[in-house]
Amino acid sequence: MSKTIQCPSCHEEINEEEFLKSNKVCPFCNYHFRLKSQERIDLICDEGSFKEVFTNIKTSNPLNMEGYEEKLEQQREKSDLEEAVIAGECKIKGEDALLCVMSFDFMGGSMGALVGEKITETMLQGALTDTPVIICTASGGARMQEGIFSLMQMAKTSSAVSLMNKCGVPLFIVLTHPTTGGVTASFAMLGDVILSESGALIGFAGPRVIQGTIGEKLPDGFQTSEFQKEHGFVDAIVDRKDLATTLNYLIRTHKG
Amino acid sequence: MADIKYEDMREKLDRIDKYTNIEEPCKKDKTAWECVQLSRRVNRPGVKEYIDLICDEFMPLSGDRLFGDDHSMLGGIGMIDGRAVTIIGNVKGSNLKENIDVNYGMSHPEGYRKALRLAKQAERFNRPIITFIDTPGAFPGLGSEERGIGEAIATNLKELSTISVPVITFIIGEGGSGGALGIGVGDKLYLLENAVYSVITPEGFASILMKDPSKAEEAANIMKMTAKDLLDMEIIHGIIAEVEEGAQADPEFTASLIKKTIIKDLDNLCSKSKEALVRYRLNKIRSIGSTVETKSKNQILTKVLQKLGDEI
Ligand SMILES: [Zn+2]
Repeated sequence: MSKTIQCPSCHEEINEEEFLKSNKVCPFCNYHFRLKSQERIDLICDEGSFKEVFTNIKTSNPLNMEGYEEKLEQQREKSDLEEAVIAGECKIKGEDALLCVMSFDFMGGSMGALVGEKITETMLQGALTDTPVIICTASGGARMQEGIFSLMQMAKTSSAVSLMNKCGVPLFIVLTHPTTGGVTASFAMLGDVILSESGALIGFAGPRVIQGTIGEKLPDGFQTSEFQKEHGFVDAIVDRKDLATTLNYLIRTHKG
Repeated sequence: MADIKYEDMREKLDRIDKYTNIEEPCKKDKTAWECVQLSRRVNRPGVKEYIDLICDEFMPLSGDRLFGDDHSMLGGIGMIDGRAVTIIGNVKGSNLKENIDVNYGMSHPEGYRKALRLAKQAERFNRPIITFIDTPGAFPGLGSEERGIGEAIATNLKELSTISVPVITFIIGEGGSGGALGIGVGDKLYLLENAVYSVITPEGFASILMKDPSKAEEAANIMKMTAKDLLDMEIIHGIIAEVEEGAQADPEFTASLIKKTIIKDLDNLCSKSKEALVRYRLNKIRSIGSTVETKSKNQILTKVLQKLGDEI
């Protein structure tokens, strides 16, 4: 008998084989299960083409925050990731690209100095070598343990986008669930083209904070990717199965 | 082209940076929590008071040309010591009616877009930009999200990072998160002695990381959000002194130091070529919190700037 997975959204039982074939999207209600970084890389890149770069960038504890290093260690064990972002060179259906994949599994995908540095260096490398950059976002916002240094990553990453713009090198953003806070208020909203997965939470302030301000229930579908598209902040919602083809099309059409 | 010149200039500017403290605060140090409370006092001087005290003349300008006019973001053109400047700043309001009108200094997207419109206008007419930050953060609400507060702040960060006129920023009260940074990317950054600047409020930090909102005071002390902390960490260029009781006790004193700082910085920054100014700013932004080993630090940026040459 084959294994089944229960969808947390519609509670239907999904056959495991079908589940994997659909890239972890529920066939009944289109609920998108979270992909691991490696699964995202496999989804987008040509087989064996991804080579990790900027591995010399290390996390530090700039405020000497007590317990932060232990927390990082725990997160590494739990998530099997070094940090909340992986950067690399790759090919997408034959086209060269630089790819950053953020992961919510590592400290909620929060942006500290390492995340800001890797994303910035990737964008600058793209600007320098005329290589398109793709960033798959997933983040709860700033890495609070790094205090003001985490805030400064917003300026740093956004300044790199300005340089990409000036060099005429395209930046493509793929918003995935969830993308909020300082990541939304920096590079995530600065792509030449902004794609999103269906049903992802995309916003600046968290829903609970907004609910606290307005004192009533938030409207249905508030801050979803569909909401962002209707309000003009997302270009297209793309199915996982079409993501590599779409990115390849965008790369080919942005060669100037 | 200006690569060699750039290195010289950076060294020179770094040297100048160390001497920008107009007056060493000579009073006994306040705790971070005391600064947090002082920075939020209702009678603390705001951008309007400082404009009155610093400018010979000032004309406010309204609207983002897209949606509306956000009263929480003041903008306009002033004259300081015979020099035209664009001034942008958060308004918190000085009485309850005003507080409500401006959401206690929390701007909607139209506020950030108005700031950007005025910054680009300043750039076209070669006017330096002075910004005054005093906000707990951007407004968290339905309209704010519907109109893209994330996009509005992000675009400001991107545009201000390469704008070709000098940008000098003073954090005069609360500098809260992305909402503060949205008008805070520039060449020079100062904190008033009792102002604070942080990624989240101490209350937020306490409730999220310490799981206890009542520990805000303890949080403030470990967050390194005071002027002195930020100067030690080389986030800011200098501290503007206040009298012992705080800026509200003698706004003229603090305003005169702000004015002196502006004049001195503009003399320096306006003498640079536009390319040199932007290159210096980009290197500064790139360096903050860098965890790349020193040897390769800013290496790729330097090459990108070389590639762009005069096109920056
Ligand atoms: Zn389902």
